[in-house]
Amino acid sequence: MPLTSPSRRHLLASMIAASGGLALSPLLAAAPPAPLLTRPIPSSGEQLPVIGLGSWITFNVGRDPQGRRESTDVMRQFFAGGGRLVDSSPMYGSAQDVIGEAVQTLKPARLFSADKVWVSGGARGVAQVEASRKLWRVARFDLLQVHNLLSWEEHLPILLAMKREGRLRYVGITTSEGRRHAEIEKIMASQPIDFVQISYNALDRDVEQRILPLARERKIGVIVNRPFRQGDLTQALAGKPLPGWAADIGCTTWAQALLKFIVSHPAVTCAIPATSSVAHVRENLLAGTGRMPDEALRKRIAQDVERLA
Amino acid sequence: MSEWWTYSLSDFLMFSSRSYYRLIESYNAAIWPAHLLALVAGLVVIGAIARSRQHLQRSAALVLAAAWSWVAWAYQLERYAEINTAAPYFAGAFAVQALLLCWLAYRPGNAAQAPQPLGLGLAGLAILAYPLLALARDNGTWGQAEVFGIVPDPTVIATLGVLLAWRAPAIFWLIPVSWCLVSGATLMELKISHAWLLPALAFISSLAWLIKRKPPRDLNSTANPRS
Repeated sequence: MPLTSPSRRHLLASMIAASGGLALSPLLAAAPPAPLLTRPIPSSGEQLPVIGLGSWITFNVGRDPQGRRESTDVMRQFFAGGGRLVDSSPMYGSAQDVIGEAVQTLKPARLFSADKVWVSGGARGVAQVEASRKLWRVARFDLLQVHNLLSWEEHLPILLAMKREGRLRYVGITTSEGRRHAEIEKIMASQPIDFVQISYNALDRDVEQRILPLARERKIGVIVNRPFRQGDLTQALAGKPLPGWAADIGCTTWAQALLKFIVSHPAVTCAIPATSSVAHVRENLLAGTGRMPDEALRKRIAQDVERLA
Repeated sequence: MSEWWTYSLSDFLMFSSRSYYRLIESYNAAIWPAHLLALVAGLVVIGAIARSRQHLQRSAALVLAAAWSWVAWAYQLERYAEINTAAPYFAGAFAVQALLLCWLAYRPGNAAQAPQPLGLGLAGLAILAYPLLALARDNGTWGQAEVFGIVPDPTVIATLGVLLAWRAPAIFWLIPVSWCLVSGATLMELKISHAWLLPALAFISSLAWLIKRKPPRDLNSTANPRS
Protein backbone atom coordinates (compact mmCIF):
# COMPACT_ATOMS: atom_id res chain seq x y z
CA MET A 1 0.00 0.00 0.00
CA PRO A 2 1.66 3.28 -1.05
CA LEU A 3 2.27 6.14 1.35
CA THR A 4 1.23 9.56 0.08
CA SER A 5 1.75 13.13 1.36
CA PRO A 6 -0.80 15.95 1.74
CA SER A 7 0.02 19.61 1.28
CA ARG A 8 2.85 20.76 3.52
CA ARG A 9 1.56 24.35 3.44
CA HIS A 10 -1.87 23.27 4.68
CA LEU A 11 -0.36 21.25 7.52
CA LEU A 12 1.94 24.04 8.70
CA ALA A 13 -0.78 26.66 8.46
CA SER A 14 -3.19 24.57 10.50
CA MET A 15 -0.62 23.80 13.20
CA ILE A 16 0.20 27.49 13.55
CA ALA A 17 -3.51 28.25 13.73
CA ALA A 18 -3.88 25.68 16.52
CA SER A 19 -1.15 27.33 18.52
CA GLY A 20 -3.26 30.49 18.51
CA GLY A 21 -0.70 32.32 16.42
CA LEU A 22 0.83 33.63 19.62
CA ALA A 23 3.78 31.44 20.32
CA LEU A 24 5.19 28.47 18.54
CA SER A 25 6.36 25.55 20.66
CA PRO A 26 10.09 24.81 20.56
CA LEU A 27 9.27 21.77 18.46
CA LEU A 28 7.43 23.84 15.88
CA ALA A 29 9.86 26.71 16.05
CA ALA A 30 12.81 24.42 15.44
CA ALA A 31 11.70 23.26 12.02
CA PRO A 32 8.54 23.20 9.94
CA PRO A 33 6.81 19.84 10.25
CA ALA A 34 6.98 17.50 7.30
CA PRO A 35 3.65 16.39 5.83
CA LEU A 36 1.73 13.66 7.62
CA LEU A 37 1.77 10.58 5.44
CA THR A 38 -1.43 8.83 4.45
CA ARG A 39 -2.42 5.33 3.38
CA PRO A 40 -5.43 4.31 1.31
CA ILE A 41 -8.22 2.38 2.99
CA PRO A 42 -8.01 -0.82 0.91
CA SER A 43 -11.76 -1.23 0.40
CA SER A 44 -12.36 2.33 -0.84
CA GLY A 45 -9.07 4.04 -1.68
CA GLU A 46 -9.87 6.90 0.70
CA GLN A 47 -6.66 8.31 2.14
CA LEU A 48 -6.20 8.12 5.91
CA PRO A 49 -3.27 9.61 7.89
CA VAL A 50 -1.01 6.91 9.30
CA ILE A 51 -1.25 8.34 12.83
CA GLY A 52 -4.64 8.26 14.54
CA LEU A 53 -5.67 8.97 18.12
CA GLY A 54 -6.78 6.37 20.66
CA SER A 55 -8.77 7.25 23.78
CA TRP A 56 -8.38 4.20 26.06
CA ILE A 57 -7.74 5.46 29.63
CA THR A 58 -6.44 8.88 28.54
CA PHE A 59 -9.82 10.48 27.76
CA ASN A 60 -11.75 8.85 30.62
CA VAL A 61 -11.62 11.91 32.85
CA GLY A 62 -15.22 11.96 34.05
CA ARG A 63 -16.66 15.43 34.65
CA ASP A 64 -13.29 16.92 35.64
CA PRO A 65 -13.20 20.29 33.81
CA GLN A 66 -9.40 20.39 33.71
CA GLY A 67 -9.19 16.86 32.29
CA ARG A 68 -11.78 17.76 29.65
CA ARG A 69 -9.91 20.92 28.68
CA GLU A 70 -6.68 18.94 28.33
CA SER A 71 -8.42 16.32 26.19
CA THR A 72 -9.84 19.03 23.93
CA ASP A 73 -6.33 20.53 23.61
CA VAL A 74 -4.98 17.11 22.62
CA MET A 75 -7.64 16.76 19.92
CA ARG A 76 -7.10 20.36 18.74
CA GLN A 77 -3.40 19.66 18.22
CA PHE A 78 -4.17 16.31 16.60
CA PHE A 79 -6.51 17.81 13.99
CA ALA A 80 -4.21 20.79 13.46
CA GLY A 81 -1.36 18.41 12.73
CA GLY A 82 -3.39 16.69 10.03
CA GLY A 83 -4.79 13.81 12.11
CA ARG A 84 -8.24 12.45 11.30
CA LEU A 85 -9.04 9.08 12.87
CA VAL A 86 -10.17 9.17 16.51
CA ASP A 87 -11.02 5.81 18.08
CA SER A 88 -13.14 5.08 21.13
CA SER A 89 -15.54 2.53 22.64
CA PRO A 90 -18.46 2.30 25.05
CA MET A 91 -15.98 0.35 27.19
CA TYR A 92 -13.88 3.47 27.77
CA GLY A 93 -16.01 5.12 30.47
CA SER A 94 -16.55 8.84 29.84
CA ALA A 95 -14.18 8.94 26.82
CA GLN A 96 -16.96 9.08 24.21
CA ASP A 97 -18.58 12.06 25.90
CA VAL A 98 -15.21 13.80 26.33
CA ILE A 99 -14.55 13.30 22.59
CA GLY A 100 -18.05 14.56 21.80
CA GLU A 101 -17.47 17.73 23.80
CA ALA A 102 -14.21 18.34 21.93
CA VAL A 103 -15.90 17.65 18.59
CA GLN A 104 -18.60 20.17 19.47
CA THR A 105 -15.99 22.76 20.44
CA LEU A 106 -13.49 22.20 17.63
CA LYS A 107 -15.89 21.25 14.80
CA PRO A 108 -13.11 19.38 12.94
CA ALA A 109 -13.67 19.42 9.19
CA ARG A 110 -12.07 16.05 8.49
CA LEU A 111 -12.83 13.90 11.54
CA PHE A 112 -12.84 10.16 10.87
CA SER A 113 -14.96 8.83 13.75
CA ALA A 114 -14.17 5.24 14.73
CA ASP A 115 -16.17 3.70 17.54
CA LYS A 116 -17.14 0.21 18.66
CA VAL A 117 -20.08 -1.87 19.75
CA TRP A 118 -19.41 -3.76 22.98
CA VAL A 119 -22.48 -5.49 24.34
CA SER A 120 -24.08 -8.92 24.17
CA GLY A 121 -26.97 -9.20 21.74
CA GLY A 122 -27.73 -7.50 18.42
CA ALA A 123 -30.73 -5.44 19.58
CA ARG A 124 -28.79 -4.03 22.50
CA GLY A 125 -26.00 -3.24 20.05
CA VAL A 126 -28.29 -1.02 17.98
CA ALA A 127 -29.29 0.93 21.08
CA GLN A 128 -25.67 1.19 22.18
CA VAL A 129 -24.53 2.53 18.80
CA GLU A 130 -27.22 5.22 18.91
CA ALA A 131 -26.23 6.17 22.47
CA SER A 132 -22.58 6.34 21.39
CA ARG A 133 -23.43 8.51 18.37
CA LYS A 134 -25.21 11.00 20.61
CA LEU A 135 -22.23 11.11 22.98
CA TRP A 136 -19.87 11.77 20.05
CA ARG A 137 -22.23 14.51 18.71
CA VAL A 138 -21.82 13.22 15.13
CA ALA A 139 -24.46 12.62 12.46
CA ARG A 140 -23.07 9.16 11.75
CA PHE A 141 -19.95 7.15 12.44
CA ASP A 142 -17.34 6.59 9.77
CA LEU A 143 -16.31 3.25 11.23
CA LEU A 144 -17.97 0.90 13.70
CA GLN A 145 -16.08 -2.11 14.97
CA VAL A 146 -17.16 -5.12 16.99
CA HIS A 147 -15.12 -4.71 20.13
CA ASN A 148 -13.08 -7.79 21.06
CA LEU A 149 -15.41 -9.89 18.88
CA LEU A 150 -18.14 -9.75 21.51
CA SER A 151 -21.33 -11.20 19.94
CA TRP A 152 -19.83 -10.58 16.50
CA GLU A 153 -22.21 -13.05 14.84
CA GLU A 154 -25.12 -10.80 15.81
CA HIS A 155 -23.47 -7.39 15.41
CA LEU A 156 -21.73 -7.80 12.05
CA PRO A 157 -24.89 -8.35 9.94
CA ILE A 158 -26.47 -5.28 11.56
CA LEU A 159 -23.40 -3.10 10.96
CA LEU A 160 -23.10 -4.31 7.36
CA ALA A 161 -26.78 -3.48 6.82
CA MET A 162 -26.16 0.01 8.25
CA LYS A 163 -23.33 0.42 5.76
CA ARG A 164 -25.54 -0.65 2.84
CA GLU A 165 -28.16 1.88 3.94
CA GLY A 166 -25.56 4.67 4.06
CA ARG A 167 -25.79 5.09 7.84
CA LEU A 168 -22.20 3.96 8.28
CA ARG A 169 -19.15 4.08 6.00
CA TYR A 170 -16.97 1.23 7.19
CA VAL A 171 -17.26 -1.93 9.32
CA GLY A 172 -14.58 -3.65 11.32
CA ILE A 173 -13.64 -5.96 14.16
CA THR A 174 -11.13 -5.52 16.97
CA THR A 175 -8.98 -7.48 19.33
CA SER A 176 -6.11 -6.53 21.60
CA GLU A 177 -3.09 -8.10 23.25
CA GLY A 178 -3.08 -11.11 20.94
CA ARG A 179 -6.48 -12.48 21.92
CA ARG A 180 -8.49 -14.83 19.69
CA HIS A 181 -6.38 -14.50 16.58
CA ALA A 182 -7.72 -17.72 15.10
CA GLU A 183 -11.25 -16.35 15.20
CA ILE A 184 -10.08 -13.01 13.82
CA GLU A 185 -8.57 -14.83 10.85
CA LYS A 186 -11.79 -16.76 10.30
CA ILE A 187 -13.83 -13.57 10.20
CA MET A 188 -11.31 -11.78 7.98
CA ALA A 189 -11.48 -14.67 5.53
CA SER A 190 -15.25 -14.97 5.47
CA GLN A 191 -16.82 -11.54 6.15
CA PRO A 192 -16.82 -8.38 3.99
CA ILE A 193 -15.21 -6.17 6.64
CA ASP A 194 -13.22 -3.01 5.88
CA PHE A 195 -10.98 -2.88 8.96
CA VAL A 196 -9.40 -5.10 11.56
CA GLN A 197 -7.93 -3.56 14.70
CA ILE A 198 -5.14 -5.45 16.43
CA SER A 199 -2.25 -4.94 18.88
CA TYR A 200 1.11 -4.73 17.17
CA ASN A 201 4.47 -3.29 18.18
CA ALA A 202 8.19 -4.00 17.95
CA LEU A 203 7.88 -6.72 20.62
CA ASP A 204 4.41 -8.19 19.97
CA ARG A 205 4.75 -9.31 16.37
CA ASP A 206 2.59 -12.44 16.14
CA VAL A 207 0.26 -10.70 13.67
CA GLU A 208 3.09 -10.54 11.12
CA GLN A 209 2.73 -14.28 10.56
CA ARG A 210 -0.88 -14.55 9.39
CA ILE A 211 -3.13 -11.59 10.16
CA LEU A 212 -1.18 -8.83 8.39
CA PRO A 213 -0.60 -10.92 5.22
CA LEU A 214 -4.28 -11.92 5.25
CA ALA A 215 -5.29 -8.27 5.57
CA ARG A 216 -3.30 -7.42 2.44
CA GLU A 217 -4.72 -10.38 0.58
CA ARG A 218 -8.33 -9.58 1.54
CA LYS A 219 -7.89 -5.78 1.16
CA ILE A 220 -8.74 -5.09 4.78
CA GLY A 221 -7.42 -1.97 6.49
CA VAL A 222 -5.40 -2.48 9.69
CA ILE A 223 -5.63 -0.21 12.72
CA VAL A 224 -2.96 -0.83 15.35
CA ASN A 225 -3.75 -0.33 19.03
CA ARG A 226 -1.43 -0.35 22.06
CA PRO A 227 1.66 0.63 20.02
CA PHE A 228 3.59 1.31 23.23
CA ARG A 229 2.14 -1.59 25.27
CA GLN A 230 0.13 0.95 27.24
CA GLY A 231 3.26 2.98 28.01
CA ASP A 232 5.32 0.07 29.32
CA LEU A 233 7.48 -0.03 26.21
CA THR A 234 8.41 3.66 26.16
CA GLN A 235 9.02 3.47 29.91
CA ALA A 236 11.33 0.47 29.49
CA LEU A 237 13.28 2.30 26.79
CA ALA A 238 13.42 5.63 28.63
CA GLY A 239 17.00 6.72 29.17
CA LYS A 240 18.38 4.22 26.66
CA PRO A 241 20.28 6.04 23.90
CA LEU A 242 18.70 5.90 20.45
CA PRO A 243 20.73 3.76 18.03
CA GLY A 244 22.35 5.41 15.00
CA TRP A 245 19.57 4.34 12.63
CA ALA A 246 17.11 6.63 14.44
CA ALA A 247 18.60 9.76 12.88
CA ASP A 248 18.44 8.14 9.43
CA ILE A 249 14.65 7.99 9.66
CA GLY A 250 14.25 11.33 11.42
CA CYS A 251 13.47 9.99 14.90
CA THR A 252 14.46 11.94 17.97
CA THR A 253 12.60 9.76 20.50
CA TRP A 254 11.92 6.07 21.07
CA ALA A 255 8.17 6.71 20.75
CA GLN A 256 8.69 7.95 17.20
CA ALA A 257 10.88 4.97 16.33
CA LEU A 258 8.27 2.57 17.74
CA LEU A 259 5.51 4.24 15.73
CA LYS A 260 7.57 4.30 12.53
CA PHE A 261 8.22 0.59 12.95
CA ILE A 262 4.46 -0.01 13.03
CA VAL A 263 3.20 2.28 10.30
CA SER A 264 5.96 1.27 7.90
CA HIS A 265 4.51 -2.24 7.67
CA PRO A 266 2.81 -2.29 4.27
CA ALA A 267 -0.38 -3.83 5.62
CA VAL A 268 -0.91 -1.22 8.36
CA THR A 269 -3.30 1.62 7.62
CA CYS A 270 -2.73 3.58 10.84
CA ALA A 271 -1.64 3.35 14.46
CA ILE A 272 -3.73 4.88 17.26
CA PRO A 273 -1.51 5.91 20.17
CA ALA A 274 -3.50 7.34 23.08
CA THR A 275 -2.22 10.27 25.09
CA SER A 276 -3.39 13.07 27.35
CA SER A 277 -0.37 15.22 26.50
CA VAL A 278 -0.27 17.81 23.72
CA ALA A 279 3.51 17.40 23.49
CA HIS A 280 3.08 13.67 22.92
CA VAL A 281 0.51 14.27 20.17
CA ARG A 282 3.04 16.45 18.35
CA GLU A 283 5.71 13.81 18.86
CA ASN A 284 3.40 11.05 17.61
CA LEU A 285 2.35 13.03 14.53
CA LEU A 286 5.97 13.62 13.62
CA ALA A 287 6.39 9.84 13.51
CA GLY A 288 3.97 9.85 10.59
CA THR A 289 6.22 12.10 8.55
CA GLY A 290 9.49 11.84 6.67
CA ARG A 291 11.45 8.75 5.81
CA MET A 292 10.16 5.35 6.87
CA PRO A 293 12.31 2.31 7.68
CA ASP A 294 12.66 -0.33 4.99
CA GLU A 295 12.29 -4.03 5.70
CA ALA A 296 15.94 -4.48 6.75
CA LEU A 297 15.78 -1.56 9.14
CA ARG A 298 12.45 -2.74 10.54
CA LYS A 299 14.12 -6.03 11.49
CA ARG A 300 16.94 -4.14 13.14
CA ILE A 301 14.53 -1.92 15.08
CA ALA A 302 12.73 -5.02 16.39
CA GLN A 303 16.05 -6.61 17.41
CA ASP A 304 17.25 -3.46 19.17
CA VAL A 305 13.98 -2.95 21.01
CA GLU A 306 13.97 -6.59 22.09
CA ARG A 307 17.53 -6.21 23.37
CA LEU A 308 16.99 -2.94 25.21
CA ALA A 309 13.41 -3.08 26.52
CA MET B 1 -20.76 -13.00 28.37
CA SER B 2 -18.78 -16.04 27.26
CA GLU B 3 -15.73 -13.98 26.31
CA TRP B 4 -14.82 -12.81 29.81
CA TRP B 5 -11.97 -15.30 29.96
CA THR B 6 -10.23 -13.44 27.15
CA TYR B 7 -9.85 -10.28 29.25
CA SER B 8 -6.98 -9.57 31.60
CA LEU B 9 -6.94 -7.35 34.67
CA SER B 10 -5.39 -4.48 32.74
CA ASP B 11 -8.32 -4.52 30.28
CA PHE B 12 -10.60 -3.37 33.06
CA LEU B 13 -8.45 -0.49 34.15
CA MET B 14 -10.32 2.36 32.52
CA PHE B 15 -8.60 5.42 33.95
CA SER B 16 -5.21 6.85 34.85
CA SER B 17 -3.93 7.49 38.37
CA ARG B 18 -4.12 11.19 37.51
CA SER B 19 -7.85 11.00 36.78
CA TYR B 20 -8.41 8.83 39.86
CA TYR B 21 -6.75 11.17 42.34
CA ARG B 22 -8.12 14.26 40.66
CA LEU B 23 -11.59 12.78 41.16
CA ILE B 24 -10.86 12.29 44.87
CA GLU B 25 -9.51 15.82 45.08
CA SER B 26 -12.58 17.43 43.53
CA TYR B 27 -14.87 15.24 45.66
CA ASN B 28 -13.00 16.26 48.83
CA ALA B 29 -13.25 19.92 47.87
CA ALA B 30 -16.98 19.61 47.17
CA ILE B 31 -17.89 18.09 50.55
CA TRP B 32 -15.43 19.83 52.88
CA PRO B 33 -15.81 20.20 55.94
CA ALA B 34 -17.70 16.89 56.15
CA HIS B 35 -14.28 15.36 56.86
CA LEU B 36 -14.32 16.82 60.38
CA LEU B 37 -17.61 15.08 61.11
CA ALA B 38 -16.17 11.89 59.66
CA LEU B 39 -13.15 12.20 61.95
CA VAL B 40 -15.41 12.50 65.01
CA ALA B 41 -17.37 9.48 63.81
CA GLY B 42 -14.09 7.62 63.40
CA LEU B 43 -13.10 8.43 66.97
CA VAL B 44 -16.41 6.93 68.13
CA VAL B 45 -15.43 3.70 66.34
CA ILE B 46 -11.97 3.67 67.94
CA GLY B 47 -13.52 4.38 71.35
CA ALA B 48 -16.00 1.56 70.93
CA ILE B 49 -13.24 -0.96 70.25
CA ALA B 50 -11.10 0.35 73.12
CA ARG B 51 -13.84 0.57 75.76
CA SER B 52 -15.69 -2.68 75.03
CA ARG B 53 -19.12 -1.49 76.06
CA GLN B 54 -22.15 -2.96 74.35
CA HIS B 55 -23.92 0.37 73.80
CA LEU B 56 -20.72 1.83 72.32
CA GLN B 57 -20.40 -1.13 70.00
CA ARG B 58 -23.94 -0.58 68.80
CA SER B 59 -23.18 3.09 68.16
CA ALA B 60 -20.02 2.20 66.29
CA ALA B 61 -21.85 -0.33 64.11
CA LEU B 62 -24.40 2.34 63.23
CA VAL B 63 -21.61 4.85 62.50
CA LEU B 64 -20.04 2.31 60.16
CA ALA B 65 -23.40 1.63 58.50
CA ALA B 66 -23.81 5.36 57.89
CA ALA B 67 -20.25 5.57 56.52
CA TRP B 68 -20.83 2.67 54.10
CA SER B 69 -24.14 4.21 52.97
CA TRP B 70 -22.52 7.60 52.37
CA VAL B 71 -19.62 6.08 50.44
CA ALA B 72 -22.08 4.00 48.37
CA TRP B 73 -24.04 7.05 47.32
CA ALA B 74 -21.75 10.06 47.41
CA TYR B 75 -18.55 8.38 46.22
CA GLN B 76 -19.35 5.21 44.27
CA LEU B 77 -22.55 6.30 42.58
CA GLU B 78 -22.10 10.05 42.25
CA ARG B 79 -18.35 10.26 41.58
CA TYR B 80 -16.51 7.03 40.88
CA ALA B 81 -19.15 5.97 38.34
CA GLU B 82 -17.94 8.86 36.13
CA ILE B 83 -14.76 6.96 35.33
CA ASN B 84 -15.54 3.36 36.30
CA THR B 85 -18.56 1.61 34.80
CA ALA B 86 -18.44 -1.00 37.59
CA ALA B 87 -18.98 1.63 40.30
CA PRO B 88 -22.81 1.26 40.44
CA TYR B 89 -22.26 -2.41 41.31
CA PHE B 90 -19.78 -1.40 43.99
CA ALA B 91 -22.40 1.03 45.30
CA GLY B 92 -24.88 -1.84 45.57
CA ALA B 93 -22.39 -3.95 47.51
CA PHE B 94 -21.62 -1.05 49.87
CA ALA B 95 -25.36 -0.53 50.49
CA VAL B 96 -25.74 -4.23 51.33
CA GLN B 97 -22.82 -3.98 53.78
CA ALA B 98 -24.49 -0.95 55.39
CA LEU B 99 -27.61 -3.07 55.98
CA LEU B 100 -25.49 -5.89 57.39
CA LEU B 101 -23.85 -3.45 59.81
CA CYS B 102 -27.29 -2.27 60.97
CA TRP B 103 -28.11 -5.90 61.59
CA LEU B 104 -24.83 -6.30 63.47
CA ALA B 105 -25.84 -3.41 65.72
CA TYR B 106 -29.18 -4.89 66.67
CA ARG B 107 -28.89 -8.62 66.17
CA PRO B 108 -29.85 -10.69 69.22
CA GLY B 109 -27.07 -12.28 71.22
CA ASN B 110 -24.58 -9.43 70.85
CA ALA B 111 -22.09 -9.42 73.63
CA ALA B 112 -19.38 -6.96 74.52
CA GLN B 113 -15.92 -8.20 73.60
CA ALA B 114 -12.60 -7.85 75.30
CA PRO B 115 -10.43 -5.16 73.63
CA GLN B 116 -8.61 -6.54 70.60
CA PRO B 117 -5.29 -4.79 69.95
CA LEU B 118 -5.11 -5.74 66.27
CA GLY B 119 -8.67 -4.54 65.65
CA LEU B 120 -7.88 -1.32 67.46
CA GLY B 121 -4.70 -0.93 65.43
CA LEU B 122 -6.55 -1.41 62.13
CA ALA B 123 -9.18 1.17 63.05
CA GLY B 124 -6.50 3.61 64.22
CA LEU B 125 -4.53 3.12 61.01
CA ALA B 126 -7.60 3.70 58.87
CA ILE B 127 -8.90 6.73 60.70
CA LEU B 128 -5.75 8.54 61.78
CA ALA B 129 -2.92 7.40 59.50
CA TYR B 130 -4.48 6.51 56.14
CA PRO B 131 -5.10 10.13 55.06
CA LEU B 132 -1.35 10.77 55.38
CA LEU B 133 -0.66 8.32 52.55
CA ALA B 134 -1.67 11.07 50.12
CA LEU B 135 1.49 12.95 51.07
CA ALA B 136 3.66 9.86 50.64
CA ARG B 137 2.68 9.47 46.98
CA ASP B 138 4.53 11.26 44.17
CA ASN B 139 2.70 14.54 43.49
CA GLY B 140 0.17 13.71 46.25
CA THR B 141 -1.47 16.61 48.08
CA TRP B 142 -3.64 17.09 51.16
CA GLY B 143 -6.55 17.69 48.84
CA GLN B 144 -6.27 14.05 47.73
CA ALA B 145 -6.32 12.66 51.28
CA GLU B 146 -8.46 9.54 51.65
CA VAL B 147 -10.52 9.92 54.81
CA PHE B 148 -12.56 7.36 56.76
CA GLY B 149 -16.29 7.64 56.02
CA ILE B 150 -15.60 9.73 52.90
CA VAL B 151 -13.90 7.26 50.54
CA PRO B 152 -13.96 3.44 50.51
CA ASP B 153 -10.45 2.25 51.44
CA PRO B 154 -10.05 3.67 54.98
CA THR B 155 -13.72 2.96 55.66
CA VAL B 156 -13.20 -0.69 54.79
CA ILE B 157 -9.99 -0.99 56.83
CA ALA B 158 -11.72 0.45 59.91
CA THR B 159 -14.57 -1.99 59.36
CA LEU B 160 -12.12 -4.91 59.27
CA GLY B 161 -10.81 -3.70 62.63
CA VAL B 162 -14.30 -3.62 64.12
CA LEU B 163 -15.29 -7.01 62.67
CA LEU B 164 -12.11 -8.51 64.08
CA ALA B 165 -12.58 -6.91 67.50
CA TRP B 166 -16.14 -8.22 67.70
CA ARG B 167 -15.40 -11.58 66.08
CA ALA B 168 -18.25 -10.96 63.67
CA PRO B 169 -19.50 -13.96 61.66
CA ALA B 170 -18.11 -14.64 58.18
CA ILE B 171 -21.00 -13.02 56.31
CA PHE B 172 -19.96 -9.57 57.57
CA TRP B 173 -16.46 -10.06 56.14
CA LEU B 174 -17.39 -11.00 52.60
CA ILE B 175 -17.86 -7.53 51.08
CA PRO B 176 -15.02 -5.73 52.95
CA VAL B 177 -12.49 -8.44 52.03
CA SER B 178 -13.73 -8.47 48.41
CA TRP B 179 -13.31 -4.70 48.24
CA CYS B 180 -9.74 -5.00 49.54
CA LEU B 181 -8.95 -7.32 46.64
CA VAL B 182 -10.71 -5.14 44.05
CA SER B 183 -9.13 -1.92 45.29
CA GLY B 184 -5.71 -3.53 45.68
CA ALA B 185 -5.87 -4.80 42.09
CA THR B 186 -6.93 -1.37 40.83
CA LEU B 187 -4.12 0.40 42.67
CA MET B 188 -1.67 -2.23 41.45
CA GLU B 189 -2.68 -1.59 37.83
CA LEU B 190 -2.36 2.14 38.50
CA LYS B 191 1.16 1.40 39.80
CA ILE B 192 0.46 3.02 43.17
CA SER B 193 3.20 2.14 45.68
CA HIS B 194 0.85 1.16 48.53
CA ALA B 195 -1.31 -1.13 46.36
CA TRP B 196 -0.29 -4.08 48.54
CA LEU B 197 -1.68 -2.52 51.74
CA LEU B 198 -5.38 -3.34 51.45
CA PRO B 199 -4.96 -7.00 50.41
CA ALA B 200 -2.30 -7.43 53.13
CA LEU B 201 -4.57 -5.98 55.82
CA ALA B 202 -7.46 -8.13 54.61
CA PHE B 203 -5.25 -11.21 54.83
CA ILE B 204 -3.87 -10.39 58.29
CA SER B 205 -7.26 -9.53 59.78
CA SER B 206 -8.94 -12.60 58.23
CA LEU B 207 -6.18 -14.82 59.54
CA ALA B 208 -6.44 -13.29 63.03
CA TRP B 209 -10.21 -13.77 62.89
CA LEU B 210 -9.81 -17.44 62.02
CA ILE B 211 -7.32 -18.00 64.83
CA LYS B 212 -9.25 -16.08 67.47
CA ARG B 213 -12.61 -17.46 66.42
CA LYS B 214 -14.22 -18.82 69.55
CA PRO B 215 -17.38 -18.11 71.54
CA PRO B 216 -17.32 -14.51 72.78
CA ARG B 217 -16.82 -13.78 76.41
CA ASP B 218 -19.89 -11.95 77.72
CA LEU B 219 -18.43 -9.04 79.63
CA ASN B 220 -21.82 -8.13 81.08
CA SER B 221 -22.32 -11.55 82.63
CA THR B 222 -18.72 -11.48 83.91
CA ALA B 223 -19.44 -8.18 85.59
CA ASN B 224 -22.54 -9.64 87.29
CA PRO B 225 -21.74 -13.30 87.87
CA ARG B 226 -24.49 -15.61 88.95
CA SER B 227 -23.70 -17.82 91.80
